[in-house]
Amino acid sequence: MHEQLGATLTDFADWLMPLRYGSETAEHTAVRTAAGLFDLSHMGELAVTGNGAAEALDYALVGELSTLAPGRARYTMICAADGGVLDDLIVYRLAGDDYLVVANAANTATVREALRERTAGRKATVTDKTADYALIAVQGPHAATILAPLTSAQLTELKYYASYPAKVAGVDVLLARTGYTGEDGFEIFAPGASAEHLWTELTRAGAPHGLVPAGLAARDTLRLEAGMPLYGNELGTDVTPFDAGLGRVVKLGKQADFVGREALAARAAAAPERQLVGLVLGSRRVPRHGYDVLWHGQPAGQVTSGAPSPTLRVPIAMAYLRPDVVAAAGQEDDGLAVDVRGRPEPAKLVELPFYRRPA
Amino acid sequence: MSVPAELYYTPEHEWVAINGATASVGITDHAQRALGDVVFVSVPEAGSRVTAGEPCGEVESTKSVSDIYSPVDGEVAEVNAEIDDDPGLVNSDPYGAGWLFKITLDDTDTDVPPGLLTAAEYAALTKEEDDEDGEDDEDDDDEP
Repeated sequence: MHEQLGATLTDFADWLMPLRYGSETAEHTAVRTAAGLFDLSHMGELAVTGNGAAEALDYALVGELSTLAPGRARYTMICAADGGVLDDLIVYRLAGDDYLVVANAANTATVREALRERTAGRKATVTDKTADYALIAVQGPHAATILAPLTSAQLTELKYYASYPAKVAGVDVLLARTGYTGEDGFEIFAPGASAEHLWTELTRAGAPHGLVPAGLAARDTLRLEAGMPLYGNELGTDVTPFDAGLGRVVKLGKQADFVGREALAARAAAAPERQLVGLVLGSRRVPRHGYDVLWHGQPAGQVTSGAPSPTLRVPIAMAYLRPDVVAAAGQEDDGLAVDVRGRPEPAKLVELPFYRRPA
Repeated sequence: MSVPAELYYTPEHEWVAINGATASVGITDHAQRALGDVVFVSVPEAGSRVTAGEPCGEVESTKSVSDIYSPVDGEVAEVNAEIDDDPGLVNSDPYGAGWLFKITLDDTDTDVPPGLLTAAEYAALTKEEDDEDGEDDEDDDDEP
């Protein structure tokens, strides 16, 4: 299907995925100004069900999922006992005892095993549904206009981070208003066998509204502009949610014990060792993952993600910096640079996100 | 993928057009496809010396950066100023408007500078790379 569309495919976590269909910059711009269609079937879907499911997830994850209303979704994380991030997740509560945990492709097996271990002895069952679900996302300001004629669902009533069962192009799906692009949009969880039909119908309905198929390359620059972390870049087992500026997902106030509580409570009380920041470069040379950030010529941190921003038309990066350098760089215009292949390129500190969609 | 028969190539995916004492240089269609959208190209300044097989510039695309290797020994005679304003020419017309720089050759006695590949040899090389790497050779293993 994707190859018929001329896609360049890439082997990603054992899934052969579309990297780009044509120009990734054009795909990126279409999502910002019209809409893009993404195949995200590589994402992991883990069902956690049973009358102990809520309690089990409160123990297994850093968030308080028992307080999530049925039909709503929440961004959360699963951490190791030492507070390191095993994965960032979106958890949908489909019904009282029925949760769907969506994990990154490369981490699905880790998350599944951790959930099984942590729910053992509780009235909860973890089932890996990754192979059953296709996940198709429609993202962009025209997403609702494109989807409306294909579904009886009242899209205006579907809030951001909400989901409900719906029919789309005649297929029973879970329709969610979530995404990873910084735009309005929908994610459609559908039976794998109906993926091609849905893709074709959405493409047809979207064509008059500027919808184009978009690949992983565009998805990466879209999420970077939106300041959203990517596991493997901003997040990893050596990073706590607090380092990434996402301490708010850790619900230290919840009654239940949870894996990582002790380490994360200590981390919350301590001075941070590093801080995730946004950088904009003055040159046209591009900062990339792993490049050193320099403060007056001395290493002060590392770039986690970097790209030429298609929207801002300058190179942007997220980086971990020492907090004292973040404070000093806020006071001083010069001094910060990224070592781009042996040559320092001046950089400025900016607030994240780089891009916020017009209200 | 296009590999014009009249050009010579390097294993690092540059093309060379030899015209008398002048060699025009660019990157191949295969290279621009693998790189994705080109956003910035740095090329050696006019008048500077370049040596065959040594890096003399870089191509930045949305996803990666690659060195440009000089295919021949010589002096840079001219650079394509259009590329600075519109790096996308490297994608849209890699063998034409997307040329990068011209070199005055040191050695004009030999017909073809040593170490360059013919179109057939280059086509065979890129086919091998494709076969080895599957569909694409980009490094994306930390994507969600």
